[in-house]
Amino acid sequence: MSTETIDTTASTANSNGVLPGEFDARLEGQRLMTAWYAGLEQANARQQHVANVFVMGNAVEILRTFDFQLVFPEINSLQTGVRKVSEDYLRESEDYGYSPDVCSYVKADVGLILREQKHPAGLIPKADIAITSNMCSTFIKWGEIWERMLKTQTFTLDLPGQRAGNWQVRRGDAQHMSDAQWVESQFRDLIARCEKITGKKFDLDRLAEVEQRVNQMVFHWNNVMALNRACPAPFNAMLDGLTYMGIMNVYRGTVEGVEFMRKLEEQLRAKVARGEGRVAEERFRLLFSGTPCYVSMRRLIELFESWGGVFAYSDYLTFAAGGMDAGELAYDTSRPLESLAEVTALAAQRGMSNQFFAHERLAQQIKDYDVDGIVFHGIKSCRFVSSGMADTRNYLNKRLNMPSLYIESDLIDPRYWSDAQIKNRVDAFFESLHQRGGSAPQSGKPVAQPSRSEA
Amino acid sequence: MKYVGGVDVGSTQTKAVIIDENCKVVGRALLDMETSMVTVAEDAFTAALADAGIERGDVVRVAGTGYGRYNVTFGDEQVTEISCHARGAVALFPNTRTVIDIGGQDTKAIAVKPDGQVADFTMNDKCAAGTGRFLGAASYALEMPLGELGPLALKSQNPVRITTTCTVFAESEIISHLARGILPEDVLMGVHQAITSRCVALARRVGIHDEVTFTGGVSRNVAMVQLIEKAVKMKINVSPDAHFCGALGAALMAHEHAFQPAAQTAAEAA
Repeated sequence: MSTETIDTTASTANSNGVLPGEFDARLEGQRLMTAWYAGLEQANARQQHVANVFVMGNAVEILRTFDFQLVFPEINSLQTGVRKVSEDYLRESEDYGYSPDVCSYVKADVGLILREQKHPAGLIPKADIAITSNMCSTFIKWGEIWERMLKTQTFTLDLPGQRAGNWQVRRGDAQHMSDAQWVESQFRDLIARCEKITGKKFDLDRLAEVEQRVNQMVFHWNNVMALNRACPAPFNAMLDGLTYMGIMNVYRGTVEGVEFMRKLEEQLRAKVARGEGRVAEERFRLLFSGTPCYVSMRRLIELFESWGGVFAYSDYLTFAAGGMDAGELAYDTSRPLESLAEVTALAAQRGMSNQFFAHERLAQQIKDYDVDGIVFHGIKSCRFVSSGMADTRNYLNKRLNMPSLYIESDLIDPRYWSDAQIKNRVDAFFESLHQRGGSAPQSGKPVAQPSRSEA
Repeated sequence: MKYVGGVDVGSTQTKAVIIDENCKVVGRALLDMETSMVTVAEDAFTAALADAGIERGDVVRVAGTGYGRYNVTFGDEQVTEISCHARGAVALFPNTRTVIDIGGQDTKAIAVKPDGQVADFTMNDKCAAGTGRFLGAASYALEMPLGELGPLALKSQNPVRITTTCTVFAESEIISHLARGILPEDVLMGVHQAITSRCVALARRVGIHDEVTFTGGVSRNVAMVQLIEKAVKMKINVSPDAHFCGALGAALMAHEHAFQPAAQTAAEAA
């Protein structure tokens, strides 16, 4: 067994595995994120209005029409993890009185507030409004913290979720249309609130423009995801994929966002055509279920890639990429507000039903991405997202004979990462995959071709 | 005759086993952990060679296992103790389908296939409750050797319920029960029941299927054996070599790779 990280780069490629002259998604992603943080730092000087939003159920399309600078507190928190300073922020909030059991994203944000908004990426402006929703119960409590500590006014969207385990809302059915009307009425209230804050009149045409750009981004996103059905997989869903997802969220509905996703698809298509994979020798294709451990993500990937294991897909990329992963969720820009409400209602319902239908969805993804095993990652910060994993794991094991591994750490709290324990589990998982006698995936297997015609 | 070895560097003890070409155990050694894992691994292997009465040059391959497997610097391969306990348990009891291993700081449950392959496994996470360390806390609080805990616990008529889930706090809970005049055997039985409850819950996650084989250092505790049998409602296998199961499994892996070239090639590819 090799413990060294596999060299994933061709001789002429740079350290990101990109050929000279090719689009470098990681580099461009870093540039865009730096530019976003720079924009946040300048928001007050430019007299721009600022809104706090979460990655799910956020009405970003409406906020963009009012030129709000968007702050994503979840991304701020995860960035403290990526930059290895999260523990400082977490301890600050714990010293203030927050329990170790509270979501580490919330605590890192409270640490940020206690540090007068000084983030390692720059100064984060205080928001004029915060959009929360019931897509995560913590969102609402988080909004209350901002109200109390920063006097930020909140607008909470009530997005109807799943009613029962054996029944799902379908697009256009009576329940969906009723939900959409309820969401639309809230959007109208939000628009009125935004007009009051900014002094600008709502522009329906601008909403249609933003939606058109979101449609283009989602189109490329879906194609990018489908490209990873190729063997070898051109990118690692839990490393490169997280960079792509960051752009999908932060630059949603922007020209820069569309360009990034278009170039990304182009570059990955070329990579697939050349038969290049993320790892030099792809031996095991895996699916990652759950949320990432941003503070140790590179280490985790290293543990898997040292065995030739690559994450071809992750359901995290499904629910945390804005809720519009499925191709049929494109906006009808001829009736932008109604369509926004319809899509939001459907995406929210899917996002909140992840425990009801996780096994069916994962079973399909296992087939689509031809994976050899599935890795479940439970996190200390959120027992809700981890609670259905045992049932799902049992189902996939018994019904599909799918090997699985359960590991546990946290989103950004390094104190919950036990390297020896996790390495032990990962090694044992690969030993069992190896013992199963599965041959290495066949290189050059035809990729499931995504559509080339844009929505 | 050629030999192979397995060295299991655990959190509290290091075990070494030497087997011959016919997979017969010819040497064993068990040493308490020292400051240097590298040294204790070396010492345990040397002691096992002496027990077998053979020279180092007679051993053609060595596999390291346990948390300190990479400290077996003279090892030819490293394999996790999960795979090794599965392999060792099936060697000791061929009908094994579930392995319960309770070590110093790890408790694991392994579902195994008839050929010794791991079908599924689960382990305690982030917490040593339900492991041998829990018994260590009781031993310390009662000032009693580990080997005496099980027999005394079996004398209990009225066991207490240990409510804490923390190994560190368990010690203070034990002391508080003793201070209230509760008999040591009743406190000890409570401790054993708490560990049983935790480890059987782990085993249920992978499924408890006949036959169950109990491995690891804690398997030498008679009270633990009886309580697990009661909880899983069946007789469980316990070998006199149960403590060496991980090292035996490692030796069997080394045997497979030393004497079966195809398997060796596959292992090196991994």
